[in-house]
Amino acid sequence: MGGSLNANHLMFLGYGALWTIGLSLIGLLGGGVAGFIVALCRISPNRTVRVLSAGYVQLIQGTPLLVIMFLTYFGLPALGVTVSPLMAAGASLTIFVSAYLGEIWRGCFESVPKPQWEAAEGLALSRSQRMMKVILPQAIRIATPPTVGFMVQIIKNTSLASVVGFVELARSGQIINNSLFEPFLIYTIIAVIYFVLCYPLSRFSHRLEKRGGPARIELEVA
Amino acid sequence: MHKITRTDNASSVVGLSNVHKSFSPLKVLNGVSFEVNRGEVLVLIGRSGSGKSTALRCIDRFETIDSGEIVVCGHRVSDPKLDLRALRQDVGIVFQSYNLFPHLTIEENITLAPCSVKGIAKAQAKEQARRVLAQVGLEDKLHQYPEQLSGGQQQRAAIARSLAMQPKVMLFDEVTSALDPELTGEVLKVIEALAADGMTMVMVTHEMGFARGIANRVVFMHHGKVHETGSAAILTSPATPELAQFVGTGL
Repeated sequence: MGGSLNANHLMFLGYGALWTIGLSLIGLLGGGVAGFIVALCRISPNRTVRVLSAGYVQLIQGTPLLVIMFLTYFGLPALGVTVSPLMAAGASLTIFVSAYLGEIWRGCFESVPKPQWEAAEGLALSRSQRMMKVILPQAIRIATPPTVGFMVQIIKNTSLASVVGFVELARSGQIINNSLFEPFLIYTIIAVIYFVLCYPLSRFSHRLEKRGGPARIELEVA
Repeated sequence: MHKITRTDNASSVVGLSNVHKSFSPLKVLNGVSFEVNRGEVLVLIGRSGSGKSTALRCIDRFETIDSGEIVVCGHRVSDPKLDLRALRQDVGIVFQSYNLFPHLTIEENITLAPCSVKGIAKAQAKEQARRVLAQVGLEDKLHQYPEQLSGGQQQRAAIARSLAMQPKVMLFDEVTSALDPELTGEVLKVIEALAADGMTMVMVTHEMGFARGIANRVVFMHHGKVHETGSAAILTSPATPELAQFVGTGL
């Protein structure tokens, strides 16, 4: 029963892999925008904003992504809001990513040496001008390696969307396995595909880090 | 060495009266008063921790004070409703660590504030950048990045960046402390030229020889107070034993 692995199965896996990439991009873009706002809130001069955003980060970082997925997919309909698997997975990833990127980026903003902020202040630049023209360009240089590294986490975490019925790579593997009963073969293929997606990003992140090293030291001296 | 001749109606540019400030529980400024008139060079000296840098930073509101009054170019710095950006357009500050923006060329460093704060046209700002760079002897460094310059050049570029905002008073916070003697010399020459042009300046420095040559007034700070003040002559004939000991070790 079930037959053997054929081109159609591989096509199906490829389709799943595309959705994994798509979902990752949704998570990165949504979480990136939200995370940028979180990072700005975390360094806000307003104490209330800082405390609230810190609480948000703690709450999300202390909650498994799986539970966030359950909450959006099964919890929201109970409150009368129906969501598709794509919406649930995309929203959950966005929330999850925003907390982590927000925190990574806050650290990057704060690692721009304090005298740089002071020099910008001394030149009468407004807060938004200081941010956009002095701090952000330097923070982006510092933030790139860890952000690319975190994209690996996003890709791997999209596999959790399979529990809300979203057919990405892991879920498409499960479906094929249900008919072929070749778990070792199929999950090996799945693992290899994940690796192929993630490894170049890891390498890229390491390379950026090496190149960014001297730049960061020079920033501290300057 | 040149000296600015003070006129009788010389107007006060910077005035501190009875300023108190503590980084709890440490009392850093304990009733500090001094005044700087237009065209004057006031040099703040004293041991590390005597409060001289804090006093300087209070002038540009990088520190807030606990009590007393500071008036700078007509701005009441001690007023909580102070228009900070207006104050900082009138005051230029140069730090020990240069603090040029590493992602911008020297020209961009200099034109940034005039363009974004004063709304000066790009072409005009670039023209001005060339002028202030020539003033500090760096007109050939326009398109280089800070990291390509020596420490002394970076500090001169930082001075040029401040000058481009056409401040009414310049503050120098130990601007040569990170430099070797040779580089120190080239920075001090720039500051001397500024003084000769009549720029009002307040500077914290450990260069006693330089202070003697340039200061219209010397303020010696000790334990958060103005311990002795007078013309540059007090550096050679101090009245108090503390200043005598300080210049004795400082020379």
